Amino acid sequence: MLWIADQLVLLGQAVLNLVTNLGRSAIFLWNILYRKPHLKKGFPLLVEQIYFIGVLSLLIIMLSGLFMGLVVGLQGYSILDKFGASQQLGQLVALSVIRELGPVVTALLFAGRAGSALTAEIGLMKSTEQLASMEMMGVDPLQHVISPRFWAGCIAMPLLGTIFSTIAIFGGYLVGVVWLGLDSGAFLSVMQASVSFSSDILNGIIKNIVFGIVATWIAVFQGYDTVPTAQGVGRATTRTVVYSSLAILGLDFVLTAVMMRSW
Amino acid sequence: MDDVVEIRGLCLKRGQRTIFSNIDLTALRGKITAIMGPSGCGKTTLLRLIGGQLRPDSGTIAINGKLINTLSRAQLYQIRHGMGVLFQSAALFTNLSVFENVAFPLREHTQLSEFMIRDIVLIKLQSVGLRGAANLMPNQLSGGMARRVALARATALDPGLIMYDEPFTGLDPIALGVIVKLICDLNTALGITTILVSHDVQKVMQIANYIYLITDGKIIDQGTPQTLQDTQNPEARQFLQGLPDGVVPFHYPAIDYTEDLFY
Repeated sequence: MLWIADQLVLLGQAVLNLVTNLGRSAIFLWNILYRKPHLKKGFPLLVEQIYFIGVLSLLIIMLSGLFMGLVVGLQGYSILDKFGASQQLGQLVALSVIRELGPVVTALLFAGRAGSALTAEIGLMKSTEQLASMEMMGVDPLQHVISPRFWAGCIAMPLLGTIFSTIAIFGGYLVGVVWLGLDSGAFLSVMQASVSFSSDILNGIIKNIVFGIVATWIAVFQGYDTVPTAQGVGRATTRTVVYSSLAILGLDFVLTAVMMRSW
Repeated sequence: MDDVVEIRGLCLKRGQRTIFSNIDLTALRGKITAIMGPSGCGKTTLLRLIGGQLRPDSGTIAINGKLINTLSRAQLYQIRHGMGVLFQSAALFTNLSVFENVAFPLREHTQLSEFMIRDIVLIKLQSVGLRGAANLMPNQLSGGMARRVALARATALDPGLIMYDEPFTGLDPIALGVIVKLICDLNTALGITTILVSHDVQKVMQIANYIYLITDGKIIDQGTPQTLQDTQNPEARQFLQGLPDGVVPFHYPAIDYTEDLFY
């Protein structure tokens, strides 16, 4: 009986902690949005962060997109060929990449590459008192450090997602047309006929934007909220990847369920 | 008004632990006021309270007559423009060069031209003897050099109040001598009010005008270096003379030794 009571107490504490952290992160997000970046001073910082978060992630995103397209093309061909529908490969590759794989895989890669780097950087700035010294100089770290990184993530993620999807489709084309000998015109025309801008491409972009906001929000919050020790920064980085991945996959289901109404 | 910083009835608790209990402290204009005490007694916390990074549970902290624990964020940031802090870790921005670190507060808080900023930065770096290191990055500096750069940055806006957090820790004798000289020079030449947190008895006795001794969240003794040398307070005597045992026991509280060994 006592054991059950202890477990209930622990469960209650865990729920309270979860609600507290959600509340704190929501206030944190509000503070970021409330402090608009200063145009003259903030723009160079924003561009710099888009470079670090977006441009430096390009290689991994492009390579992953290419391999993803190659694999989807290969798997799709082997299944479609059984039904004599291999000409539909363009549709399969395009829809699976644009609707699901592109946004989700890009977001997972983004969380692993850029999100963890953001958390570690901000966490180290906190543990080496750089954020505190900035505050004591009368410079708001939320405005100067966090806000540019947050907006850069929100801008970079949809662009990376679009690049990923484009290259993945190209990968599917390489496998289907160049390697397995499908007709190039058929591949492209089936794809063109089956992909709708409003219900497929736009929905994919919406997913990219939502995942970008969530993944960057989690990354900057975990960095800012880290315990300022080496162990604390390490744990915060791990939490960023775990929470981002779970949030992306969970949100993907919710968004897909909402978007399916229009499909 | 001679009091730059005036603390009255300051109390602070963290959970069940009392950090400060009814602290009264005054830092006089143009003087070096030292706060001493054993490690973990809350000296750095006191600086964070004075800087407005923490809010006390009760009591008042006034800087130039303004109660900082009642100010809005914008007002607090405004007051911090006239305040410099030298952190124990130097807290230089690792992504900026020495020059840009010193220029940072000037760029953030003034509308000065690049020529003026360059001149001021070089003057500040010259005053700490590091004009030649202007283009180095923080990871290329020794601990003593990093602290000198941080000092140049802290004085970039010519603050009226400067706070030093353990400025003597971890320095070789030459770097230590340089920092002591710089603190004295800034105080005497520019009349900057100085609050110095340290547990280096010898150096503090050498340069401070007035000293507060803090232990267990209370001021146990205070006075000029001369009066403290003759103090009859046993706790203060133990700290100032560096005695390993006394009112502050050598042993951390534990059960009886024999009982523990033969349990």
